[in-house]
Amino acid sequence: MDFQLSETEKAFQQKAEQFVLSAMPPGYTDRCLYWPGAYGAILEFEERDPAIDRFRERMGEEGWLTMAWPKELGGGGHSFIEQAIFAERLSYHRAPGTDISTLIAAPTIMRFGSEEQKKEWIPRIIKGNLRFWLAYSEPNAGSDLAAIQTTAVEDGDDLIVNGQKIWSSGAHIADYAWMVARTDMKVPSHKGTTLFIVDNKTPGITIRPLINIVGFHSFNEVFFDNVRVPKKNIVGEKNLGFLYLMVALDYERLAIAIGGFRRQFDELVKYVKGTTRNGEPLSANPSVRRKLADLAIDIEVAYNFFFKTAWMMDNNQMPNIEASVLKLFATQLSRKLASVGTEILGIYGQLEHDSKYAPMRGQYSVGYLDSISAVIGAGTSEIQRNIIAQRGLGLPRK
Amino acid sequence: MDLGLTEEQEMLKKSAQEFLAKECPKKLVRELDESDTGYSRDLWNKMAQLGWMGLSFPEKYGGNGGSFLDLTVLLDEMGYNIVPGPFFSTVVLAGYTLLEAGNEEQKKEYLGKICTGELIITVALTELDGTYDAASINTTAKAKGDGYVLNGTKLFVPDANVADYILVVARTKKSANPDDGITIFIVDAKSAGVKYTLLKTLARDKLCEVILENVRVPKAHIIGNLDKGWSVIQSLLKKAAVAKCAEMVGGAQASLDMAVNYAKERVQFNRPIGSFQAIQHYCANMVTDVDGSRFITYKAAWAVSEGLPADKEVSIAKAWTSEAFKRVAVLAHQIFGAIGFTMDHDMHLYFRRAKAGELAYGDADFHRDIVARQIGL
Repeated sequence: MDFQLSETEKAFQQKAEQFVLSAMPPGYTDRCLYWPGAYGAILEFEERDPAIDRFRERMGEEGWLTMAWPKELGGGGHSFIEQAIFAERLSYHRAPGTDISTLIAAPTIMRFGSEEQKKEWIPRIIKGNLRFWLAYSEPNAGSDLAAIQTTAVEDGDDLIVNGQKIWSSGAHIADYAWMVARTDMKVPSHKGTTLFIVDNKTPGITIRPLINIVGFHSFNEVFFDNVRVPKKNIVGEKNLGFLYLMVALDYERLAIAIGGFRRQFDELVKYVKGTTRNGEPLSANPSVRRKLADLAIDIEVAYNFFFKTAWMMDNNQMPNIEASVLKLFATQLSRKLASVGTEILGIYGQLEHDSKYAPMRGQYSVGYLDSISAVIGAGTSEIQRNIIAQRGLGLPRK
Repeated sequence: MDLGLTEEQEMLKKSAQEFLAKECPKKLVRELDESDTGYSRDLWNKMAQLGWMGLSFPEKYGGNGGSFLDLTVLLDEMGYNIVPGPFFSTVVLAGYTLLEAGNEEQKKEYLGKICTGELIITVALTELDGTYDAASINTTAKAKGDGYVLNGTKLFVPDANVADYILVVARTKKSANPDDGITIFIVDAKSAGVKYTLLKTLARDKLCEVILENVRVPKAHIIGNLDKGWSVIQSLLKKAAVAKCAEMVGGAQASLDMAVNYAKERVQFNRPIGSFQAIQHYCANMVTDVDGSRFITYKAAWAVSEGLPADKEVSIAKAWTSEAFKRVAVLAHQIFGAIGFTMDHDMHLYFRRAKAGELAYGDADFHRDIVARQIGL
């Protein structure tokens, strides 16, 4: 065992850090209110910012977006540990990172798509300026995704799509939907659902904003009214959509902004060191010290789950338990960091980010609201526990 | 022992429920949250007509002669409906300060007009330090002619934006003991040199920064004794803490009710989510917290109402309820899932107020320290 980074890994980490610092839009780290592990205050989901587009294009140009892809497909062939190292630095600086296009669409197309699709989509995704939104959830299909009701009926060379999607993050600023719908209603949905790509500009699509409790427009509800989608946009085989979805879950394993936890914590420690209350430095308060120590320990535990998951993937071990524990633990930590952090800020913890007295730009009060979403989005904590118990530990379902 | 409400209290509870369900729908709550004033004059007048402002004040000042416990019952229901407005600051903060420390003339004038709903009054206590300790009071009041001149900055002052008067807690004397030398002044909010700015808070509860710049106050506007104001504030903080607990108990109960109803209706995996053990355990945890908070809060309120020494009960109630409401609100959110994370859903209104309630009049750590002292540590 060796828990240290190797010399090569250290050099890679430095290279990653230099890239992030040189390519980030000026002032972005301090403008961004993103809370680690949460989904509601991500600037890139709210608006299309040319500075962010440019950053992602640079990521594409310099190979960071495709660092994990096989070399023969134009990727960098980097290990999962190296991806983890890069992701940690990115999120530490609150930089925009991987998204649906690079994390889910590209690997799925590479594995299951036709040669034509690979040629059509991969080069555009590599450039970094193509955005997908995830059209999975529906009003009655949240945790129970198999309950989706949106239909796609064949008509000549097209599919005709009808139905409604919801919790569609960034649908209003994206170019394409990465979508599942029922293509066979007579069989159970895992045998009758198809994965396909829909151009946002297709007639019949209506996108309505849902404002979240942080006040951001990140979600939408999206209505499909007789939307015609060319059959060539079907990814993989018809009716096997759920299989591709399940496989894609593996690609998301490291999609947790691990560095963000350390960043928020570092800023909290700095604040505590510089603040006096009741004539005493806050850092001398035993309760504050215990709370900070507790958070520091939790963050270390989360880092270990993160790197262990990456290491297992490099070594062809299935991180079934570890990946779900990582998601479960890190998102619970997202809540705890915001909750304990605002406790430490005392009466100032309730001030919102545009208040002049708000400590640390009000990031903790944003996080306090936003972290509600952490333990709900992308598989609730309850679903993660079910996965850990059933798939990980082999406990019976009934 | 009698752990039940009296017949009158049950009637008060029921009529408050009916009135608020009709007169204070969530639509109004949202409008007021977004507004600059944060209250509705119409609702305020109707509450005054029902005698709510004077509910627990003596009849000779125009009140109904009820008890602090009666007020607790009402605040519980107001918390359930999250009624916005300056009721808490006017009745609990200013009303009880005047009742305890005001002279007869002041009580007749100010308390009398509180009971009729004519006056909105608040208390400006907290300063930059953000604590509830005497040492944090640095706003000065210097004698000049037949009055005083006030200077300083007050923070987190509730409803100063709509108040007619502000009870300002100021330092009139520097002494080795920070409790000594603090005086309470009643200041006309329209006096020259009084400036307020709304602070943007999670609960949108109209907390203000109040800047006092050479504000002249006549000597007759001292409430209580010169230099001896801190004991009044200490007594007030106890009542305020219990009263805030009562509101939080109501808010927690509403969160529980909403979540349980939803768990019975929302179907996933072909069954109501309330049939899953994970959700059932959440609900069981919530009801434990709600009832635990209610019993402990009513015990503290009873002790305050009876004029018993209640430091320990009050601090136990505030330490427990501050965290219990947060736990309940978080679990309720978890049960609602994504829909509860939207502005359009009501759950966040409660989640925000749980945070505000926790911070008001001493958070859990503040009150745990008092409990520790009370058990002889």
